[in-house]
Order: sequence, then structure tokens, then C-alpha cells
Amino acid sequence: MIRLPAIFSAAFLAAAFSAAAAGPILIGEYASLTGASASFGQSSHKGTALAVEEINAGGGVLGRPLQLITEDDQSQAGQPATIVRKLISQDKVVAILGEVASSKSLEAAPICQQEKIPMITPASTNPKVTEVGDHIFRICFIDPFQGTVMSKFARENGWKKVAVLTDVKQDYSVGLAECFIRDFQAGGGEIVREQKFSTGDKDFKPQLTSIKAARPDAVFVPGYYAEVSLIAKQARLLGIKVPLLGGDGWVGDSLLKVAGKALDGSFFSSHFSEDDSAPKVRNFVGKFQEKYGGVPDDMAALGYDSAMILADAMRRAGTTDAAALRDAIAATSGHDGVTGKITLDARRNASKPAVILTIGDGGFRFVKKVEP
Amino acid sequence: MIEFLQQLINGLSQGAIYALIALGYTMVFGVLRFINFAHGDIYMLGAFAGFYAAPRLMALAGGGPSYAGAALVLVVAMGLCAAAGAVIERVCYRPLRAQPRLTVLIAAIGVSLFLENGGQYLLGANPQAFPEIITDAAIELPASWGEFSALTITVGQVIVLGSALVLLAALRAVVMKTRTGMAMRALSLNPLAASLMGVNTDAVISFTFAIGSAMAGAAGILTSIQQPSIDPLMGINAGLKAFVAAVLGGIGNIPGAALGGVIIGILEALVVGYISPTYRDPLVFAVLILVLLLKPSGLMGKPEREKV
Amino acid sequence: MRRPKTLLVVALALCGAASFFTGGINPYYYDILITIGINILLAVSLNLVIGYTGQFSLGHAGFMAVGAYSSAWMTLTFGLILGTSPAASGSVYLLALIGGGLAAAAAGLVVGVPSLRLRGDYLAIVTLGFSEIIKGVIQNAEPLGAQRGLGGMAQHTNFFWTFAIVAIAIYGILTLVHSTYGSGFLAVRDDEIAAEAMGINTTKYKVLAFVLGAFFAGIAGGLYAHFKQFIHPEGFNFLRSVDIVVMVILGGMGSTAGVCLAAVVLTILPEFLRTVSGYDWLPGPVRDLAGNRMILYSLLLILLMLTRPQGLFGKLAFGRRK
Repeated sequence: MIRLPAIFSAAFLAAAFSAAAAGPILIGEYASLTGASASFGQSSHKGTALAVEEINAGGGVLGRPLQLITEDDQSQAGQPATIVRKLISQDKVVAILGEVASSKSLEAAPICQQEKIPMITPASTNPKVTEVGDHIFRICFIDPFQGTVMSKFARENGWKKVAVLTDVKQDYSVGLAECFIRDFQAGGGEIVREQKFSTGDKDFKPQLTSIKAARPDAVFVPGYYAEVSLIAKQARLLGIKVPLLGGDGWVGDSLLKVAGKALDGSFFSSHFSEDDSAPKVRNFVGKFQEKYGGVPDDMAALGYDSAMILADAMRRAGTTDAAALRDAIAATSGHDGVTGKITLDARRNASKPAVILTIGDGGFRFVKKVEP
Repeated sequence: MIEFLQQLINGLSQGAIYALIALGYTMVFGVLRFINFAHGDIYMLGAFAGFYAAPRLMALAGGGPSYAGAALVLVVAMGLCAAAGAVIERVCYRPLRAQPRLTVLIAAIGVSLFLENGGQYLLGANPQAFPEIITDAAIELPASWGEFSALTITVGQVIVLGSALVLLAALRAVVMKTRTGMAMRALSLNPLAASLMGVNTDAVISFTFAIGSAMAGAAGILTSIQQPSIDPLMGINAGLKAFVAAVLGGIGNIPGAALGGVIIGILEALVVGYISPTYRDPLVFAVLILVLLLKPSGLMGKPEREKV
Repeated sequence: MRRPKTLLVVALALCGAASFFTGGINPYYYDILITIGINILLAVSLNLVIGYTGQFSLGHAGFMAVGAYSSAWMTLTFGLILGTSPAASGSVYLLALIGGGLAAAAAGLVVGVPSLRLRGDYLAIVTLGFSEIIKGVIQNAEPLGAQRGLGGMAQHTNFFWTFAIVAIAIYGILTLVHSTYGSGFLAVRDDEIAAEAMGINTTKYKVLAFVLGAFFAGIAGGLYAHFKQFIHPEGFNFLRSVDIVVMVILGGMGSTAGVCLAAVVLTILPEFLRTVSGYDWLPGPVRDLAGNRMILYSLLLILLMLTRPQGLFGKLAFGRRK
């Protein structure tokens, strides 16, 4: 199943042979397809692969099909460097997509920068990633923006005392929490309790008991859906009735399946809304369900957009030459992605609006849009 | 005060889960002097067995969450895990019984990794939502309890504790009152003498693995009632904590394992609630190291003398 | 081993010569080459602990971590202290490597001493525990980057340094093992109680094995940190320890040659499998299996224990039979 994209691309290769003069365009992807971070890597890979398939079905880029070469870093540090070297030197890809985890992106980025191959990370949120060099791009929020979005929302709703529950194992969560706390306190709010947990934890009753004792107006949980779903359930059981607030990490297949009604009335910031009527999003969700069964999460959507932006940049540059391609990616402006209208700023980070969603009636509902 | 009591309650039900898993470690160590590294993954198998079997079984019991349905799921999961444990023993551990202990320990690590990664491959890496076999809800405490009525005790917690007690009692009955149980105790005291006395060593060892695995499987189901998110790597953490619990209580000692489980569960809740969750895992290891340094035989075990 | 000193000098000369040719190699192959060297160092150092002294340590990655983080911190903090010339930064690098090794050795002492009374299974779990505690400390240490990782190290590690250090390490360990110390290690491995009865200070040998093994693991960590240029606590977890243990077991405990060979094989194998899983003409499940290294590793472990527990080159007897 993991190698499906290669088979698809090979098939399209044959079909496009008549049109192709120079053979397929090789794109490299590195992701955690197995191991502890596999759920994220597999999601982003599914989105990326879907995008490549769609692009090829539409005739490819510059008359040539795209061939996605995916390598699994097995969630192990040390591997991203090796496989990115392989993709660049051995497979001779023209660009690299990856990774979700900031630590893995930070490992591979210096190599891409050195070899002057553009790298687009779909979901790494550590600000340091794009600071590595001018060939490194990201198409997701960085924490400062998302943190302020929820902080403002909380203050607008009159929630003056907030407790924060952070996933200390995730860069994303720590960064988001820091930004939220800073902005919230600067706006006059009070952080009544800070608690922590780790990715993979299943029992949060001790932390929630502590939070309950602090009587917050709301609880900010900037984690991923696997843990958030359990946190919500246990919070309600313990008698914590206030709304939960979160970020784009909440979006995931099992979130509502596990949490049931526990998340009703909670809010989170995200890139896109499932019930977004934008045809692009509907189309994406539909195709994803058809191909993989199950609803796409944020990682999949970002993976999809990263591939689409790369292809678009190639079209704009008119070539796959590294320098021109890099400039074209840097010039991405107002790209209509499933995760919003993406513009890359001078720091090569994505500037795009966030949407705030709430949960109810077994699904997400749009609340408002926040411009950067 | 209320917060402290609440943490105690939280820790107790979590501790019951650890106790059940610890039983498996302790029983296997008792008869084989070997730590089954793969035991935590049996717990995971139990949860997944329940995940796949629950829809059908609940339909049998009349559809929707029910005690009858839950009991059915529990029994089926325990049975499947018992079988799995026996098979693993037969294929991977029995051939190595004459080998130095290190060999079988490494084999156990291999089995554990195989179950985890194979599970990820076959069952998918994403967490799955365990179906609701019992509706978990907070129990309304009578107002006459005064400030204590602010405590939250959930149905799930009560069920977990209750089931754990029942299973423990059943296990104790088996070990103390049946012939096989007596054979297990004989084996753990002196394998050679036991076999000379006519005990079918192979059969008893298989039985021990089966029962221990069944307990772990039960733990997998009970845990999924309160934490309905399961994934192939869920056995790693729980297994480790349960192992420490077994050592704390005195490895080879069944009541010790139960005691150790409860202590670790409560300790964990208190540390996480009052100090910091980042110390949760290191704390557990620290307990292990302290126990092994100060009283290696655990709280209830007898010191073992190594005879030359 | 005939005239070990000569062999060492020859080896070092070969390293120097070979390093002139490594400039033009494909960076991917270069990566594999350096990784082979680092893995050999790790495997050989662990072999001293498990293979020669019979102490089943599952926490070797922890020592590697201590070395990696210590040396990285040193070059990041003091990197420019002697100036910016290659000789200056090179010296700082070497000092950092040694510093990393010493820090790891200290950690080895801390782990080794309490572990003295423990046998087999318990020792394994406790060493695993110490490794997790080390990881936990790093994860909470802000100056070391905590959960975000530590990066920005210059790529000081090259072919010459890696393999020169490997050559020196192997020389050192083999010399030690073939001396009276070696007999002490082996005595502890084969029968600790008998050894004590014979008046051998088993404590000394066990601690020495841990400390030395940790020292070289720490240096390997330093080499790693300055090659990958970014380190993260999760990179030194239990799976990393298992990787090294598999090398020692496959090679045959107590056989340095076997362990070196195993390290080479097990570094190349995953890369080979990566290529295999890219072959379209193989059936899907086969390719998936090839791509899933951990499933193959675990099966390898089980099969190895069932069929040939002594590994490729090891001698069969180790530890007390039950």
C-alpha cells in the first residue's frame, strides 16, 4: 500500500510516454510511514500521493508526469538525513516534500539547503526550520499566529481564566501553548493552571483533576486528536464543563469517534473546514474518501497542498531547474489550497487565514475566519 | 483534600489495570524465571481482539452497550489472548528452555517488536475508537456526603475495580485450590523436583502463559472502557509500568503483583497531579531501580539465594 | 593478533589514504560509510559489555546520547574559542569528542555501580531504565534543546576521523581483552560466583566494562552529532539500543570480528531493503515487508535465537545455564 504511488506513476509514465520528451519529473518525499509517528506520516503521505495522482490525471506538469519517490524514515532520528541524501544524490529529485515533525525537518533541511534543492515542509511548525536557508519553505501556520488566534477568541468570549494542558513531547504543542500564554496574558487574561502530558498517554485524570480544582473558564489543549479525544472524554467525566480550545492538531478521523459528545461546544483553530462549501475542499475530501476510505485530517490536507504548490511553482517557473523553481516557490501568492489561500512571505512561511470551528451534532461547524 | 482523594481514586482504577497485567509477568517469572518482554503487547492484542469482536458480540447481547455484552467481549478477548500467549510460548520460548536466560530474553524482545510493528502494519498506525461496550458516566454521589459529593467516581472505574477484584479472586482460587495451581506452585519452587513428582512441566507452563495472557487481555478490555482509543503501540508503556509493579510487589508473588500495581497506579497519579507529568516515566524507572537496589525481592517476596 | 601495534599504524595509514578518495563519493554512499564506522564503534563497545563481560545492557543508546549532547554542546559553546582556522576548530572538535566520551564514561560509572548486584533480566531492564532516565533529563534540559532537538553543529566528522577512531578503539579493546583484564572479563561472564570464589574482583571488572563501553559509545555519539548536525532525544531511544544489541548478537557475543561484520551488514541491509522495496516488479506484500525494517529485525532476532544464538562468529557458552 505504501508503494502504490510508485505503481500509479509507472502506469502514468507509460500512458504519457507519447507526450513526455524527457521522462517523468522526480519529486522526493520523506515521511514517517512506520514507527511511533506513523499516523502523521501516513496521513501526510496519503494527501501528497493523492495530489500527485490528480496532477498526473490532468496531464502532469510541463507535459511530463510527476513521479513521487517516497522514503520511510521509520520515525527514527538519523534516518531523514540519510534518505534525503539518497533522494538528492541517488534518485536525483528536483525537490523534496517533508517532513511533518519539526525535528526531522531540521535534520534534513541543512542537506537540502547545501545541495540547493528546494524543500517544502507541509506541517513542521518550529520557526527554526525555514531559518536554515532560502531553499526551505513551509506551507503551514507557525505557532505565533495560531496561538494569538485562539487567545483573542478566548478573550472575546469573556473567558478570563484559562488552564493550559500541553503535550511536552510535541514541538507543535509546546510552541502553540507558549504563544497562546504570552498573548493571553498580554491581553489581561490569567493562566490559572498549566499541566502537561506526553504523546501516547491515555490517562489524563490526574492532570484534569488538578485543572478542575483551579476552576478555569476554558481549557486550552493544543495537542493532537489522539490524546485530545481522550482528554475531552475524561474531562467531562470528571465534571469539567467548560469549553475546550485547541489548534489544527485536533483534526483527525478518530477525534469524534472516540470523544463522542464530549467535545460539543468546544472550539479550535484550523486551516480548513470540512463543511467548507468551497468546491476545492469538497472535491479533496471526496477524492480522499474514495481512495483511502475515511476522512482526511489536517496532515493529509497539508500534504496535498504541499504537492500542489510545488507543481504550481513548476508551472510558473516553466522549468524544473532548481534555482528558478526555488524562486517560483518563494513567489507563491494566493494559492488556492484546501488549507486556505496560501501566500509565502519573505521568511518562506505561509501566511494564510485561520478558521475557528466548533463541534456539535457529530461534526465541525464554521464559526469565523481570522485573517493574518 | 478533595483533590488528593480524587487523585487516589484515579490512581486506584489505573492501578487495577497495572495489577492485572503484572499478574502475567509475575506468574511467568514464577515458573520460568524469565521476564516475558512481550507481555505488554498481549494487553494490546486483547484491546484489538475486543475492538474487532465487540460489534458482533454486542449484537448478540441485544445491541448497544450492556453489561451482558461487555462480559461477552471480556471473555472472548481473554480467550483469544490465552491462546495467543500459549502459541507464542510454544513456538518461541519452549525451544529455548535449555538455553541461557539471555537467549530467551532476546527472543522475547523480538516477539514484542514483531507484535508492535506487525500490528502497525496489519491494524494501521492510527488510533482506533474502541466501541462503547459500557456507557461510562459519573456516578452521582449523595449530597449527604457533604464536600465529598464533589468527588467524581465513574461507572467505568467501578467496573474496572470490581472486575479486577473478581479476576484476582478467581486466579487465587485457581492457584490455591486446583491441582494445576498446585503444579504451578510446585514448579515455581523447584522445577526439577516437580517434574520428578509427575508434574507435566510443558503443560503447566503453557497453562501459566495462557492464564497470564488472559489477565492481560482482560486488562486491555477494561482499559478500553475508560480510554477508548487503542493503537498497536499501547502495550509498551503499560507493560513497562506493570513490570515495575510486579517487581515492586515481589516478582513471583501473586498478591504482591496486585499490591504493586495499585501502588504504582496511585504513585503515578500523585506525581502527575502534584509534581509534573514529565516525571511520570522516569519516576517509574526510579522506583524500579530503588527496589532492585534496596529490596530486590520486592515488598512481599522472599529473598532468593542463588545456589552454586 | 600478530604485532598489533604495526597493524594499528597500517590501519591508520590506510584510513588517511582512503580519505583522499572520499571527496568525490555520492553523498548518500558517504552517509552509509560514515554510519558504518559509527555503528562498528557502537557495536564493538557494547560487545565489551555484553559479549566479553556477560552484562546484558539494553541502555547503550543512553551513553551515546550523553556523548552526542556533551560534544555538541562543547563545540557549539567553545567552537570559536581557539579561532576559526581548520586546525583550531579541528582541535576543539577532538577535545569535544574526548569530552563527550568522558561524560559518557561518567554516566557508565553511575549506571554500572548500582547494577552490580543484578543479573540477566533485571540488569537488562535497569539499564533500559537508566537510558530512559538519561533521555528524560535531556528532554527537560533547555540548554540542550529539550524536545526541540539540538542543531547547528558543523560537520567535523569525516572518513578519516571516524575510521581512525574505530581502528584505535578496536586496537584498545582487543589489547585489553587479550591481557589479564580480558581473562577477568571472561571469568565474570562465564561464572560470576566461581570467579568471586577464585578471588577475582568481579565488581572492578563489571564497572570497568561499563565505563569503557560507555566511553566509546560516547565518542560514537560525538561522531554522530557532528555528522548528522542535528540530534534529538528520541534518536537515542530503546529502539536505537536494540539496533546495537542486534549487531552484537548477530555477530556473536565475544567476537570482535563478528561484531564488526554484523555492524557492516546491518547498516547496509536497511539501505539495500529500501532499494528492494522500490522495485516495481516485486509483489506488494514482499515490498512492504522489505520496507518495514522493524518487522524484519524482530523476525531476525527470533529466528536467530531459535536457530543460532551464538550468532555468526560467537562461541556458544555464555552465562550460566539453568
